Amino acid sequence: MNQQLLKVENLHAGIEGKEILKGINLTVNRGEVHAIMGPNGSGKSTLSEVLAGNPAFTVTEGSVDFHGVELLGLSPEDRSHEGLFLSFQYPVEIPGVSMVNFMRAAINAKRKYFNETPLSATDFLKLMRQKREIVELDNKLASRSVNEGFSGGEKKRNEIFQMAVLEPQLSILDETDSGLDIDALRIVAGGVNKLKNERNATIVITHYQRLLDYIRPDFVHVLYKGRIVRTGGPELALDLENRGYDWIKEEVDGKL
Amino acid sequence: MNSRQQYLDLFRDNRETIDSRSAPALNRMRQRAFESLETNEFPRKGHEGHERTDVNAMFAPDYGLNITRLDIPADIAATWRCDVPNMSTLLGIVVNDSFQPSRNLTERLPDGVVFASLSQTATEHPELVEPFYGSVAPIGSPTVAVNTLFAQDGVIIRIPRGVKMTRPLQLVNIFSAPTPLMAPRRVLIVMEAGAEAQILVCDHSQDNAHAYLASEVVEIVMFPDSRLDYYTIEESSSSTTRHSEIFARQADRSSLMISSSTLTCGQTRNNFSIETDGTDCQTTLAGMAIASGEMRIDNSVSMRHLTPRCKSSQLFKYVADGHASCAFQGRILVDGNAPFTDATQTCRSILASPDARMHAKPQLEIYNDEVICSHGATTGQLDNEALFYMQSRGIPVDEARKMLMQAFMADVIDTVRMEGLRDRLRHLVEKRFDGNESSCADCHGACAERKPTEN
Repeated sequence: MNQQLLKVENLHAGIEGKEILKGINLTVNRGEVHAIMGPNGSGKSTLSEVLAGNPAFTVTEGSVDFHGVELLGLSPEDRSHEGLFLSFQYPVEIPGVSMVNFMRAAINAKRKYFNETPLSATDFLKLMRQKREIVELDNKLASRSVNEGFSGGEKKRNEIFQMAVLEPQLSILDETDSGLDIDALRIVAGGVNKLKNERNATIVITHYQRLLDYIRPDFVHVLYKGRIVRTGGPELALDLENRGYDWIKEEVDGKL
Repeated sequence: MNSRQQYLDLFRDNRETIDSRSAPALNRMRQRAFESLETNEFPRKGHEGHERTDVNAMFAPDYGLNITRLDIPADIAATWRCDVPNMSTLLGIVVNDSFQPSRNLTERLPDGVVFASLSQTATEHPELVEPFYGSVAPIGSPTVAVNTLFAQDGVIIRIPRGVKMTRPLQLVNIFSAPTPLMAPRRVLIVMEAGAEAQILVCDHSQDNAHAYLASEVVEIVMFPDSRLDYYTIEESSSSTTRHSEIFARQADRSSLMISSSTLTCGQTRNNFSIETDGTDCQTTLAGMAIASGEMRIDNSVSMRHLTPRCKSSQLFKYVADGHASCAFQGRILVDGNAPFTDATQTCRSILASPDARMHAKPQLEIYNDEVICSHGATTGQLDNEALFYMQSRGIPVDEARKMLMQAFMADVIDTVRMEGLRDRLRHLVEKRFDGNESSCADCHGACAERKPTEN
């Protein structure tokens, strides 16, 4: 199997005419965990939204190769089918759409994409049960509307539950640690680690080193002003925790 | 153009024919109806309460009227399939404007319950019709007048004192004619003291080849402690125009629920005029409108609280797609003599395409300090964040849109108290949003107008 899973080259993107990503280059191989850190407003969430295909953002330049497929040409649903998953920083509440119907629609759409027959009711329920256990998600949530009235922790666990069901090749976790207490963080991170294998990869977007104690990154990237300005190993995250971002800002701004 | 003139002329020229093929109880109202129509014009677009619907234009085309009561052959069994087959109902069918009971209907009704032809009942038992016919619908209204002028038959439903119906009554209105036709449909419902019933009314058109105009006037008389759940589902063709008016008067402690669903139509105007005439009444109005293509749906409510301690609630929801145009007027009047009124009104709409239009006009008129009254009207679009969230999980955008539209209608469908109907309505709405040919394979009408416009 080809080791390279994602190759982002010179990606420029923005919203409402304002350029936010100004030439991102990033390569992710199978089996790797990448952490993307950076100060507020540096473009971390934009990068994840652009990779997932949020139509609110416009790509102006660059390319994204995803296991041989040009990602930028695909609709958000096809990106999902091809194995991309975004765990939302703010999971959306959808009143009136039950978790069960939501997941059934998602699974069967993917099966249809690969010319497979819809999952039987029994198999579907079995799958739900199995995957729920990974993040200790309460069965009661299944009958509720998607994310409606879920606590912050339940929403994030629900994201990882969906990730477990869809079995993506590349998962992007956008500030999955925000709004989580220590116990919830441990459960969520534990779920992510259980789903990790040598064929898939994870991009963890976070402000804090704390999450990286639970999800060990192979690479840490610092995003600033729409570019990756520094890449290192896990020690870079510790460095940032101790020294903040100012030294990087000064370094970069000095060069500009 | 003044479209009432053709009706006045038609009546003047055919008065004897009309009378001779109807019943005295119906005929004796016609002179007043004629005088009313002579002095009152149909509302035109822009008139108060008709900001989006031109009633004058609705009645303008030269439709035929079957005043000689020609038997128009209609093979109902072959062309119409009930969309709510899972409910065991007592069925009556109105083909154009003539009542046809289902087999052994009368024998299957409980003692004293009447579900029959209005003119036949008026002839055989005038005491059941005369005190009530025209007692709730105001003859001063030109649309009531034109209906009264030409109504030769119709339906009477009478539930006697204390009778609690266990099986629902179902009335199916079908258009079926070889030419363009106007059908004056008249329904009289008398709920005697303590009576309870559920009534389901379905409107269909047999084909899409001819233009039809339905002039529907429903009068509901509710005696003390009676309880009526009245459901109406319209699935008519794009060539059908419907002007429907429901008038209800509620006596002490009566409970009325009206649930109106417009799934397909050409142009529809529904008026709901409810008046309390006793204390401690309950009124629930629920409306659902799904408009696509060139459909036009206009619901207008007049909830008049004239007596103390009554409670009313209104919930209307619209999804407008394509070039559809929808409207809602909701007026709550609380009289000075109606303290402790509790009245609420909600109208929520989604515009699913850039060309769809919604016009909402909530109105409160309160002449009393001891009231709880609220209203809210919102019009918006499908939630883009929710759409993207669903897409990011692999749900195709079209399906995600349908799921969101279906979800939007969930609470108004939940107001339906008949379980079988609630499930069925959920299914019909899903099918309606699906809009593809295969899911309409068993439908009676042409499919083109059912398909929501792509955009």
